[in-house]
Formats: sequence, C-alpha cells, structure tokens
Amino acid sequence: MNSQNQSLETLADIKKMMDRSSRFISLSGLSGVAAGTCALVGAWFAKSVIDGGGKTGPRSMSELNGSYDTVGIGMLKSFMGNRLFLIAGITLAAAFVLALLFTYIRSSKQGIPVWGVMAKRLMWNVALPMMAGGIFLLKLIEAGVYGLIAPGCLIFYGLALVNGAKYTLGEIRYLGYVLILLGLINCWFPGYGLYFWAAGFGVLHIVYGIVMWNKYERKSL
Amino acid sequence: MKNPIEQLQKVFDSRVRLGIMSALMVNDEVSFNELKELIQVTDGNLASHLKALEENGFVKVNKGFVGRKTNTTYSVTKAGEKAFRLHIDALEQMIKQVGK
Repeated sequence: MNSQNQSLETLADIKKMMDRSSRFISLSGLSGVAAGTCALVGAWFAKSVIDGGGKTGPRSMSELNGSYDTVGIGMLKSFMGNRLFLIAGITLAAAFVLALLFTYIRSSKQGIPVWGVMAKRLMWNVALPMMAGGIFLLKLIEAGVYGLIAPGCLIFYGLALVNGAKYTLGEIRYLGYVLILLGLINCWFPGYGLYFWAAGFGVLHIVYGIVMWNKYERKSL
Repeated sequence: MKNPIEQLQKVFDSRVRLGIMSALMVNDEVSFNELKELIQVTDGNLASHLKALEENGFVKVNKGFVGRKTNTTYSVTKAGEKAFRLHIDALEQMIKQVGK
C-alpha cells in the first residue's frame, strides 16, 4: 500500500511539473468576472449614448449597428461616434487592468512569476489573432460596415482564446468556442450587435469566471 | 510477469531530477533559471542534479548568449525521453499491481 501511495504521489508530482512548466496556470477566475462586469457597464453606457442619439430622429441603435451602407459614416465621425470609441477604449483598458490585477494576486500566491516564459507565450498567442482582427475591424469601420463589427470582435476574440488555451487552463477553449458561435450567429442579426456583445463579453465571462473560481480557487481560500 | 521495480531508473530517484525531466519533456528547451523557479531549489543543488542527468546522456546542455549574459538552456535527449517514459510506465504498473 505504501509503495502504491508513493508511486501515485510521484506521478502526481510529474503531472504537476509538466503543467506548471508548459502552461500559465495563474489565470484567475475573478479576472473573468471583473472583465465581464466591465463589459456590461461599458455596454450599458454605450446603449445610453446610442439611445440618447436616437431621440433626435429615427436613428435607432439598429440603424447604427445595422447599416451596411455609408449613411453611418458621418454619424460615427460625429460626437456620438467619438463617445462610443471612448467608451470602448475605457472598457477595454479597465477590463484588462482588473483582469491583470486578480491574476497577479493569484500568481504571487502560487509563487509563479507573472511575467515568466509561460505568461509571455500565452500573451503572444492571444495577442496575434486579436491584433490581426483589430486591424481588420478598423478597415471595416473605414468601409462603413458597422453591422459586422460586434460579430467580428466576438469571432476574433473567440479564436484568440482557443489559440491561447494550449498555454493556460484548458477550459478557456470552451469560452472561445461559444464566443465564436455567438459571433457567427450575430452576423445574421447585425442590428443586435450590442446585445450579442454584452452577452459574449459580459455574461459569458462572468459565468466562465465563476465556474473557474469554483473549480480551482475556492479550495485554496 | 517481470517485477516493475526493476524498470524503475535509479537516476530518476529524486524529486529534483523528476522535476527536471518533467519540465523538459513538455518544453523544447528550458533555461537554468526557469528550472530553478519551477522546482525551487538552490543553484548548487540543481546544477549537481543536472550534471548527473547529463552524464547519463538524458539531458543536453546548450550554451548561448542573451546579449552579453550567458544563457544556458537544457533539453531532453532521445535516450532521456525513452528512459523517462519507461520510468513512468513502471510507476503505473506498480500502482495497478498493488491496486488488485
């Protein structure tokens, strides 16, 4: 019995070391919850800006999100468009900083360097699809295809997560799959971009974060 | 049936060496400092275990430079990979046999 326990322990050690040396396992579930909350707050602000602009005429949210023609360009360059960009920028920055903060706290608890080789590898693999997607989406805005921006965000971000899943907790892959699916569905409902956006970046992240926190972090409290 | 204990490699009979081998199995190459952080041992301790693995032909040393600083990385050899797999299989066998 004793030698069995010893062998089991050794195997568990080996597995742990393989994981620790190849994956960045400090990604905190709370990071997901924080990022999701930021996204929901951002979406709420965006909606109020869009609704506020809608009062002056029939320019509803669906028109802003759904116009494939160039009618929207003037609007986007206007005050409202700038506000939306500002909101998007602040939301992204806040989500990123908060996500980093919780992950930093967790990694220092685990004694893993937050900016080690594993973290760098993860960042690069997530950043690559995101940057390519971001540039592509900027070109879409230039072309005035606003209806595809929300689905584009979801799809590229989902792809980035699936790509990064090899280098961190593997479950993030499923979040990626759902985001890609949501983004693809959104392509056929361009008028509801903000709702899909809020569901994908907000609700799904919070759900994912809670699940992951439950699974990995609650025990260690 | 053969006794699986005979298959256990004496060389891997240490937490540090198991740690080194596990890390090298899943990474192309790992630097000395990364290994130190992962396994959390002192420089001297890690160096002597690495030396032992190297002398057995299980680990390959690659000396390089990052700027002017030396950067020594380690990778697993074919023989090392094979030996480590045998070792893990033997461990598994032992668990199964006792479990029966």
